Amino acid sequence: MIENDMRITVNGKDYQLPAVPGEMLADLLRERLHLTGTKVACGESECGACTVILDGKPVLSCNVPAIKAHGRSVITIEGIAQAYRQQYHHPEANLHPLQEAFVATGAVQCGFCIPGQLMTAFGLLQENPDPDEEDIKAALKDTLCRCGSYPSFIRAIQAAAKTLRDGTPVEVEKPAEARQPGDVVGRFQPRADASAKVTGAAVFTDDLVFPDMLHARVKRALVPSGVVKAIHIERAAQLTGVVAILTAADIPGEHQHGLVVTDWPSLVGIGEEIRTIGDAIAIVAAETRAIASQALELIDFEFEPLPVIASPRAALKAEQRQLHPHGNLLKHIKVRKGDIAAGFQDADHIFEHSYFTPMHDHAFMEPERSLARPLENGRMEIYVGSQIPYSDRDSIARALAVSPESIHVRGQLIGGGFGGKEDIAGQIHAALLAQRTGRPVKLRYDRHESLIAHPKRHATEIRVKLGMRNNGRLTAVETELYGDTGAYASLGEKVMTRATTHSSGPYEIPHVKADCYAVYTNNPPAGAFRGFGVLQSAFAIESIMDEAASQLSLSPIDLRKINALRTGSLTNTGQLLTESVGLSECISLVEKALEKSIDGDPFMPRTVPGNEHLVRAWGFAVAYKNTGLGGGAPDKASAEIELRADGTFEARTSSAELGQGLPTVLQLIAAETLHQPPSNLSVLLSDTDLTPDGGPTTASRQTFVTGNAVRYAAQKLLEWMISNLAELYDVPPSRIFFREGLAHIDDLALTMREVAAKLLATHPHLTADYTYFAPQTSPLGTPGDMHFAYSFAAQAAQVEVNRHNGEVSVRHVIAANDVGYAINPLGLRAQMEGGIIMGIGHALSEAFLTENGYAINDRLARYRMPSIAMTPRIETYIVEHGVSAGPFGAKGVGEIVLIPTIPAITNAIFHATGVRVDHLPVDQELIFRQLNPACEA
Amino acid sequence: MMPYPNYLIPASLPELFQFISSTKNSYLWIAGGTDLLLEIDQGRHPPADTLIDLTRLPAFSGIQISDAQLRIGACATITEVASHPMIRQVFPALADAAALIGGPQVRNCATLGGNIAHALPAADGAIALTALDARLEIVTSSSTRSVPIETLFAGPGKNTLQNDEVISAILLNMPQPGSGSAFQRIMRPQGVALPILNTAVWLNRTEDWLTEIHIAIGPSGTTPHRARELEAQLRGVPFDQISPGYIQELTDGLIHFRTSPQRATAGYRSAILPNLLFNTIQAAWKRSLNGVSND
Repeated sequence: MIENDMRITVNGKDYQLPAVPGEMLADLLRERLHLTGTKVACGESECGACTVILDGKPVLSCNVPAIKAHGRSVITIEGIAQAYRQQYHHPEANLHPLQEAFVATGAVQCGFCIPGQLMTAFGLLQENPDPDEEDIKAALKDTLCRCGSYPSFIRAIQAAAKTLRDGTPVEVEKPAEARQPGDVVGRFQPRADASAKVTGAAVFTDDLVFPDMLHARVKRALVPSGVVKAIHIERAAQLTGVVAILTAADIPGEHQHGLVVTDWPSLVGIGEEIRTIGDAIAIVAAETRAIASQALELIDFEFEPLPVIASPRAALKAEQRQLHPHGNLLKHIKVRKGDIAAGFQDADHIFEHSYFTPMHDHAFMEPERSLARPLENGRMEIYVGSQIPYSDRDSIARALAVSPESIHVRGQLIGGGFGGKEDIAGQIHAALLAQRTGRPVKLRYDRHESLIAHPKRHATEIRVKLGMRNNGRLTAVETELYGDTGAYASLGEKVMTRATTHSSGPYEIPHVKADCYAVYTNNPPAGAFRGFGVLQSAFAIESIMDEAASQLSLSPIDLRKINALRTGSLTNTGQLLTESVGLSECISLVEKALEKSIDGDPFMPRTVPGNEHLVRAWGFAVAYKNTGLGGGAPDKASAEIELRADGTFEARTSSAELGQGLPTVLQLIAAETLHQPPSNLSVLLSDTDLTPDGGPTTASRQTFVTGNAVRYAAQKLLEWMISNLAELYDVPPSRIFFREGLAHIDDLALTMREVAAKLLATHPHLTADYTYFAPQTSPLGTPGDMHFAYSFAAQAAQVEVNRHNGEVSVRHVIAANDVGYAINPLGLRAQMEGGIIMGIGHALSEAFLTENGYAINDRLARYRMPSIAMTPRIETYIVEHGVSAGPFGAKGVGEIVLIPTIPAITNAIFHATGVRVDHLPVDQELIFRQLNPACEA
Repeated sequence: MMPYPNYLIPASLPELFQFISSTKNSYLWIAGGTDLLLEIDQGRHPPADTLIDLTRLPAFSGIQISDAQLRIGACATITEVASHPMIRQVFPALADAAALIGGPQVRNCATLGGNIAHALPAADGAIALTALDARLEIVTSSSTRSVPIETLFAGPGKNTLQNDEVISAILLNMPQPGSGSAFQRIMRPQGVALPILNTAVWLNRTEDWLTEIHIAIGPSGTTPHRARELEAQLRGVPFDQISPGYIQELTDGLIHFRTSPQRATAGYRSAILPNLLFNTIQAAWKRSLNGVSND
């Protein structure tokens, strides 16, 4: 009988440990053995992030009782390089070939799932030394990656398998470079942070432990609407190990926060209103997480229920209860161009339809974690993976009633964000508890809490009316949008503004009218999510454009070509596009690739020979997406670059890396400007003491805005070094130049270490800073430019529909993206492919559903994000119509890549079956019903 | 919720029964624990004072053949079942179903005994074993007996085992020549992402006739069960007479589904059943033509 002590071998090392009640294997590894490479992302056996090898087989360590490993052998991410060294007799190898191949293929983005992917792949290669694509998909089907790096996982696993089989070095196919690569920009560059992410050495917030640290948990309302009458914390306070319980009455400073409107209570106090299930009532700090969890069950609150406002339409009814002092309408957003009535009069045909999109959850692999640590000097450190560190600093300071300077946000690696880590989450709660107790406090959301608490993508209802001539020319587009911003504003106004201004599509249209209502409800709040409103309106406009093409018997591709925005076009907000409009080239590239893929009309349905119930067809869609904040918002970023005594450079800015590849982009920009090899340049991000404010990481703005700040800081440092060296060596600056990592002064060549030594003799620091202001934009409704740049894309998707049951799968996607300039081709490919994967999820499976304000998808098991099994063949093409103000011509990438995928898929379903999808996600039962009208309810 | 205050891993049956006869506290059997631990954690299953792990009992593990019978230890993992050469060859319905349970990591822990003891009406393993007419070996401190699998199921998530009874093995009689089996299912990724319909078929043929057929369809009721009325209508029918339309005429009004919110309506399930069942019968038939194989 095994009861008390356990013996376990981990990565070849034997341990004898007492058994701990309730402990899972992941807890044992992470907390007792400090092997924090193993990540816990869902705690419900859904995502595979915690995969380790137990007696040779991959298992989910978050759901295996630790004691089950008694007498058995475990391999974790920290042990696979060693396993390789021993098994394959490569004593010098630092990395397992899988790890090496993951780095080289660009498979590593945010990195949070990577240990799980590697362990699952490690298990596969133990059993199958030569897996084909289907074998890999079968083995990794439940090991999820929200960055969507699946195509590179397949590349990497096959490359590593070959190395393991024949001992040759890991070889990977490199992505296409920029059309005009520089010395380093536009060329293949593996991520600098990837090595730590493949070995498990990369530290995320939950991996941090401080002496005397407390563990926090949040008592949530879990009812969508009501007024709090009483909060009873007495029983919980008596629980041994509970150190502090705080309610709204204990907040020393401001009670509400918010990125634009401060309408979101950090804690809902007595007499105050609960507006959504995720509202916090009390926060607990205890010696262990288990005690904190137990305390939550002992906290009761009384409330008087209020009727639930479950939809924007209901919220806007006359006599409706008002959720906020300024009413239920957060904003009415308008776009006007020309004379809409005249536009419809000019039309030969009118098309009109309404489209519906649900809330989506970001489902970043790393749920929210915050750690607050009071320092002896009276300041407080906040460890968090946040998209806007300076905003966190200020929000925390306001809640704690302290100066912003006394808060030091130390940004950690972020295990995916996608917009979902812009609003402040647990940071204020952890800080309040740390302030009260004087001890470090870690607050970790589990997946259930993450799903309930953080803002979603806006659910929308979008009516589109098109006026079109017989030849396909658009004469007028009228749209009406309702966006559900949920209980709090978050970025609702901004998101729905973007949805509205993009709602008539990337087309030249003489007459446009758009009205949008962003509305409060009792649903979970909605805020930023990759695509930022444009995803929803692109689904609507691209669906009706496809419908129009079909009704007028025009090719869907030709219809886009006829109407596409081009240089010289006037947008619906009255902006004259003077450059960088690569939409027509994107359309042509996809068209050519389609011609290679299929003989004849790609939009005709084709049955699969021998399986006549399976029918295939292609669909097509285009999109555009702004780069930067726009709409008159000042858009600036600060950065600094330092040459250090050891001859290396460091670029610093507070902008955030969510997995999208920003450090590599900044590294390449600075290295190119300073004529350095990338390896001589490191990047420090997201620290409010050490890095200047780069602004929010949102709106596809980092490459352009922060990239420019780094470029100009590098330029400034270079000029400063040249002028100082000129003085030191008494030569004209024109005879000094930097090349290939060296400074050339006449015939003398100095290393950077020598340059640093010379200059440090007279200067304490060798640092240049720069604040870059992006080109000015104008508020919606005023003359001028709404945005300083737009990215464009075209995509085609091939689907297969099973007429026997309505099942849909995506087989092949072709995408072309105009990104201005491909600074970082490896990262760009990962973003393009990952965006398509996310788009497939949004099209075919994802919906965050609520019923009368209550969440239905409150577990990851109920929110189906795409797995590797849903990964089609993906072909990507880069279009580079540069923006003159962009760094090397570059503009935003992060969002455009995903926007056309959804309508390309739904349009393909129409071409395959005649079923027009107007609600997301595609519902196979509805498809089946439309194909089989006799089917009963 | 604390998933396990106490955890016992008995090494032998006497040890196990001695513990349960001496304890006054609540206990639960646990094998892979892949469902149970989550249900306790999420408040969907009452916790117990002690979890008793069955996976290291020698009598509960392994897959053996003896006396024209296959004995699958209740704690054989789903991976072992899915990849076992004899099961793949002789009972492909079970191998197919096992390969679809959970994901690869879950299958390395989850057990076939756990899949059926959980008693969900559409559990892939239970549906396949029901069509294959499996028997269960049940042990107590004083006896070992075997019962037909269908007697185990009492309702969704409920089995008929007494507190001191435990499933030690799943027993399958080796089939006579001319038989074949298959399992297929349909998922719906939208909504809450669960399988909406599954079906397992075992059949025996003489020349071109179906001489015997067993069918289980999940979730066509509160428990996994054989669709005996449907089977009776198909018995003795020439295979080439069977088509989706033929099946639809038989299943209409005979097989009943319920509507599961966010999953599927009863009407949709009824409408997609004929093709699914036809495909499954066809797959089993092809296997019966090849003697017994898993092509």
